[in-house]
Amino acid sequence: MNKTWWKILGSVLVVYTAIAGLLLGVPHLPILNETIRNLYFHVPMWFAMIVLFSISVFYSIKSLSTKSEIDDIKAVESVNAGIIFGILGLITGAIWAKYTWGQFWSFDPKQNFAAISILLYFAYLILRNAIDEEQKRAKISAIYNIFAFPMMVVLLFVLPRLKDSLHPGNGGNPGFNSYDLDSRMRMVFYPACLGWILIGYWVYTIRFRIRSIENKQQHN
Amino acid sequence: MKKIFFSLILMIATLQLFAQDNGVEMADSLRSNGKIYVVVICIVIILVGLLAYLFAIDKRLKKIEKENHNSK
Repeated sequence: MNKTWWKILGSVLVVYTAIAGLLLGVPHLPILNETIRNLYFHVPMWFAMIVLFSISVFYSIKSLSTKSEIDDIKAVESVNAGIIFGILGLITGAIWAKYTWGQFWSFDPKQNFAAISILLYFAYLILRNAIDEEQKRAKISAIYNIFAFPMMVVLLFVLPRLKDSLHPGNGGNPGFNSYDLDSRMRMVFYPACLGWILIGYWVYTIRFRIRSIENKQQHN
Repeated sequence: MKKIFFSLILMIATLQLFAQDNGVEMADSLRSNGKIYVVVICIVIILVGLLAYLFAIDKRLKKIEKENHNSK
């Protein structure tokens, strides 16, 4: 993955989303009006976050068997990159909610649980900082991460569905894919998700490379 | 790479634009006035700037990695 082509692909897709997302036609729906275009920008943040957290849990499991410091660093840095996207997702969601649901934070189950799942990962980073011994830190934080990941999945995709939620796809609300996400929106939505996932992965690789150089210098 | 590029072009080529009007208020006048393009240009400039910056960081990091590798 040290090539440049996927970085260019990600950049092109993200720029394409900004142009096509604002200019192409969207369904005319009440309440949502033009804010339906937020789908191209708000939702890909969460996709990027979930992909980065999945990478993190993968390397956490790997680091338990390999005991390799590199795998441990990969797990932390993908969480660091994923949290950025999670926070951006929360903020864009709150702004979208203000103009469609009426309040920035209406204590909607989806909003609350999304915030809690971000807090889970803050706890992961704080836990890491609290342990000085490297081997111990790698092992304990890897195990924590393996527990945090399914918690995050449950909080984001299972619990909000069991309660009354205003968020599309939850609590009896139809998701965007049932009638809103017509073929025109798919043309922008899927490239947007792929583009932001690639950019998120790129940010993670940059963070990982900086960290491994720092690590090398510390050991020298 | 070629395949990806080709499929991307095909995807864009199949874009269909329907006019739909069911009385829901949309920013159609902004579009017909042509002012939405100003916003699009601004967003694209910001995105391109940030992405170029990311590429620059990547390039610098590559250089540092190389130096680090040689010194060992």
